[in-house]
Parts: sequence; structure tokens; C-alpha cells
Amino acid sequence: MTEPVPATPIAEPVEIRKPARSQWWDVWDQFRSHTGAFWGMVVFLIIVLAVLFGPFLWHIDPTYIDIRARNQGPSLAHPMGTDQLGRDTFARMMSGGRVSLAVGMTAMLLALVLGTLIGVLAGYFKRLDGPLMRLTDLFLALPLLPLLLVIIMLFREVLSARFGPEGGIFILMVSAIGITSWMQTARIVRGDVLALKEREFVLAARSIGTPNRRMVTRHVLPNVLSPIMVSATLGIATAIITESSLSFLGLGFPPDFPTWGRLLFDSVDYLQQSPARVIWPGMAISMTVLAVNYMGDGLRDALDPRIRGR
Amino acid sequence: MLDDTPSKTKPLVAVDNLKMHFPIYGGLLRRRTGEVKAVDGVSFDIFEGETLGLVGESGCGKSTVGRALLRLYELTDGTVKIDDYDIAHASPEALRKMRPTMQMIFQDPQASLNPRMTVADIIGEPLREHDTGSKLEREDRVLELMDQVGLNRDFANRYPHEFSGGQRQRIGIARALALNPKFIVCDEPIAALDVSIQAQVVNLLEELQDSLGLTYLFISHDLSMVRHIADRVAVMYLGRIVELAPREEIYSDPLHPYTKALLSAVPEPDPSIESKVERVILTGDVPSPSNPPKGCNFCTRCPSVMDVCKQIEPTFQEVRPGRYLACHLFEDTAQITDESAANGAG
Repeated sequence: MTEPVPATPIAEPVEIRKPARSQWWDVWDQFRSHTGAFWGMVVFLIIVLAVLFGPFLWHIDPTYIDIRARNQGPSLAHPMGTDQLGRDTFARMMSGGRVSLAVGMTAMLLALVLGTLIGVLAGYFKRLDGPLMRLTDLFLALPLLPLLLVIIMLFREVLSARFGPEGGIFILMVSAIGITSWMQTARIVRGDVLALKEREFVLAARSIGTPNRRMVTRHVLPNVLSPIMVSATLGIATAIITESSLSFLGLGFPPDFPTWGRLLFDSVDYLQQSPARVIWPGMAISMTVLAVNYMGDGLRDALDPRIRGR
Repeated sequence: MLDDTPSKTKPLVAVDNLKMHFPIYGGLLRRRTGEVKAVDGVSFDIFEGETLGLVGESGCGKSTVGRALLRLYELTDGTVKIDDYDIAHASPEALRKMRPTMQMIFQDPQASLNPRMTVADIIGEPLREHDTGSKLEREDRVLELMDQVGLNRDFANRYPHEFSGGQRQRIGIARALALNPKFIVCDEPIAALDVSIQAQVVNLLEELQDSLGLTYLFISHDLSMVRHIADRVAVMYLGRIVELAPREEIYSDPLHPYTKALLSAVPEPDPSIESKVERVILTGDVPSPSNPPKGCNFCTRCPSVMDVCKQIEPTFQEVRPGRYLACHLFEDTAQITDESAANGAG
């Protein structure tokens, strides 16, 4: 899009050039005035800061087993209680959040990049449309959970050996979730690009002699931002939940390695005894997803100059 | 006779036998089942500094000619020479280098501006794509262009949706002017505007032509506006030019039956004259461009149709100095044409 124009000081003599305000300030102003987006951002920042810096302040090791303090309710020593092995849930929530958020964001980014790339290529270049869309249909037709299971079975050992058990699984999870969830984005983006391609401003750019790559980056991508933002925010939620399901099936991270999904599914067995244990990870996932959705909504509005003025 | 036609100068744009056919795909296997002959063999010249008006009813291929001239479409056949460069067969890279010579002003000022770019970015895009100078120089040029088309400099950082239709069209004009083109295709630049704004935009186009020595192809269906701005007028019907003549002659003495019908449809402001005007009313519809009639394209609706019209296509030729026509009524050697038709058909 546009590079921010360097602001020339107003006091410059002779030529009175209005200092061009970078449009990112306009975007920020509009984003702030969107109540939902602003509070979504606050909540999201709190969650991110808590999982990043919380473990430095809360010194209990998430894997420390204190069998005498098992299945306790919330108390000062354990604000979120303990699990069946006496591990502190608060500490496990924080270290689990790191993994869940990291997996969610990275997998979403991967899916987004893949989906947008394929969608734009298919929509913009007529020759690629058929093959790429059939590929998308193929992926959509695959039963995802069995496919994920097979991928993980096949590559877990290899990657674990290469990048260590945690790093290997992280890469595996992110790429498995990423390459199985780009299809919706690709389809939506392709549809929008097809419609956009026939607009006169694209023709105008061609009459100027704008080459294809800049046509895509300058005219097509900014205008398909809205659907991309929407699928991005939904993508984070789906990625966190998919990771949870895989952990539940025992194919994600190792059992003693906490993630929000793992915590949730571990707690299901103890639903009768301590229902609070289900609520903490459930709430964390929901709050994150909700906050990200609102942020996406606000960001989409803020990036659209037609809405920004209001 | 040719007083206001600068025919002595060399043609800036030379179009020869331009054809633009769009394929139709149909059937179960999406085979090519036919083609829409949007433009079917059009030849004309545009001289330096003149305005050629291109008129015709909806769907006759006017806009397609305009776009094909700038090679926004891949031509089916024919050559287009602008400033002695063959546009029709240039390689993409060579074509890109020629782009600054020829620019276009679009019909819908709303649709032709990217809603996510500021006015300065829109006008500056051609400058960024072709060279030119430092960022500061480009900014100066953008502001200069905004002055030239009568836009307030303070609007540079606004977005297209904040402007009225007339202002948007000015932005479009400024973008077309950015690279100092010689030739501008105006594709119905005033059709989407209010009447009061139309006059402003047309006057702006005329002023710019005088000060910058531009050459226009002015596509329009507004005959009175074309009479105002054009030096010569070409009338299109179903993908072909039927008549091409200097403005005053075509308006005072139209030769082709279609031109007569078209001009008789122009409303007369004086009611006492208006009630006496005899209109040439055409019956029927325009034939489909995917299946044009045999012989003359206009033979299905022509009030003075002859047998020969349904057999052979009339040739587009100069019937009087400066006046080109495709009609059997004016082919002075009817019998020769008949013979050649017999030969050609046989």
C-alpha cells in the first residue's frame, strides 16, 4: 500500500505543504473508538502478558507434584486449585497458555498466508484457477481428523529427534493445523479477487502499466483485507480448539506438558468432583477467542477508509 | 470544407481493420461455441491535436474500441499504431514503456478509483510506475496536477469516497495526465455525471487539450456533447464504423441511414420546431453481435434497404473528401460492386 509520507514541518518557508499524517494514525484512532475492539485488545494483552511474564512472578513449577494437596479448591496458596496429582492449576494455566497461544497464532498465520496466496493466485491468474481450486476441493473433502492423526503418527518421531520433543511437536502441530485449515480463506479470497479484477480501477492500473505483482499488492490485497481479517480471527479460535482435540486424543504434546486443551480434557474426568477445573481453561480459550474476534472486527473497520471517517 | 480538420498533419493514431472477438463457451464440456464480434473490422485515423467523437448506441462496441486501442484487451486481428509504434503486437515490456503516451479516462469515476488509496497515491501511481524523480518531486507533480484539474491541494490525503462525482472524475483526469500523454481515450467520461457537472468536465477537457496539445478519442452516446467537443465524428453500429465525417457535415447532412436515424433522435429544445420534426423511427432490435446478419450489418433495420445490402458487406470508403461511409446507397459504382460481389461470393 502507501508508504507513510515523511512529515515536513509546518514552519518550512515559502511552500506551505500540509504535513501528511501517516494513515496508520487514522487507523489507530478509529480502532480506539471501536469499543469492542479496544476492550478486546485490553483483554488479549492481559492474557498475553499473564502467560508471558506470569511464570516469573508465580514460582510454583507447573509439573511439581504435591500428592497431599490434590484436588483442592481455590485457596491463597493455589488460586485456581490443584489437580488430581496436586499440581498447581494456576501455574499450569500460564505455561499452557504460552503453548496454546503460540500454536494458535502461528497456525493461523500459516493458514492465512497459504489461503491468501492460493486464493489470490487462483482468482487473479485464470490459468491457475482450475488446478488450485481443485486442490482446495481436495483438501476440503479430506476427513481432517484422521489425516491429522496420520500426519502426526508419521512425522512425530522424526521431528522430535531433530528439534527436541517440544520443539518438534510444536512445529508438527503448527504445520499440521496450518495446512489443513487454509481452504476457507482461499475460497473466500478467490471469490473476492474475481469480483475485484473486473473493477475499473484495476483496468485503470493496467492502462498505466502496473505490473501484475504490484497490481496484486497495491490494488487487490488491500481490498480483500476484510474477509482475510475475519478468517484470521476465526482461525485463531479454530487452531486452539484443534490443538485441544489433538491433545485430548493423546497425539499432541506429551501428557505432562500442559496446554489449555490438555488441561480442559484432563479435567473432564473430574467434572463431578471439581467443576472449577474445567471452567478455568474453558474460560481462557473463550476469552482469547472472543477478544481476538472483536479485535479483528475493529481492525477491519479501521482499515477501511470508507468506514474510518464515521 | 476541411477547415477544422487538421488533416494535413500526420495521424497520431492509425487503426487498421481492428477486430475484437470474445469467445463464447457453452455446452457440457465448455467448448468454444461461437464468438461475440464486439468490434469487427474498424479502421480510422486520429490526427494530432484533434478530437474524434465515437458515437453509437449501447452495446455497439464503442468502449471495446477504446480499450482495444490501449491494448487492455488482446486484439483478435488488426493493427493499432500510436505515434508509429505498433501497440497491437508489442511485447509486454515494450508495451509498458509505451504506456505513458496513451492514457484513459473512465466512465464511472467511482469504480475507476481504488477506494483504499488516497488521492495523492492515485494520481501519483503512474509517476511511481514510470520513473520519475524523487519522492518530493513526485509530490510536487501531484499537487501541480491537482491545480491543473481544479482540485484543492488540501484534498491530497483524502479518499475517493469523500468526493462528489465531478471531483472524482477530475481525479481520474489528473491521473491520466500525470505522464504527459499525447493521446487520451475518454470512455464516456461524462455519462455518470450530472448535467451541470458534465459541462464543467467537458470544458476542463477542452482547456487541457488547448494547453497541452492532447489528442482525444471521445466515446459517448450523448450526441450534443460530441457535437460540442469533437472535430470529427465516427458513428458505430454493431461493431463497425458506418460513417466518419467532420462534425458540421455529419450533423447538418448525415449520409448513412443509421446516422440519420440517430441524429433525428436528438431532442429539439424549441417545442414549436420539435412538433414538426419528422423522426426516423427504426423498427426491430439490434441483431446479436454473435450472429450478425449477412451483408450490411444494418440491413435488418435500414429504411432504404436494397437487395444488394442483404448479400454483400459495403466497403468503408471515402465517398467525398474527408467523408467515409459504408453504405451501398453511396457506392457510386453499384454495378461494379455487384460484379465483384458475384466474384467474391463465387
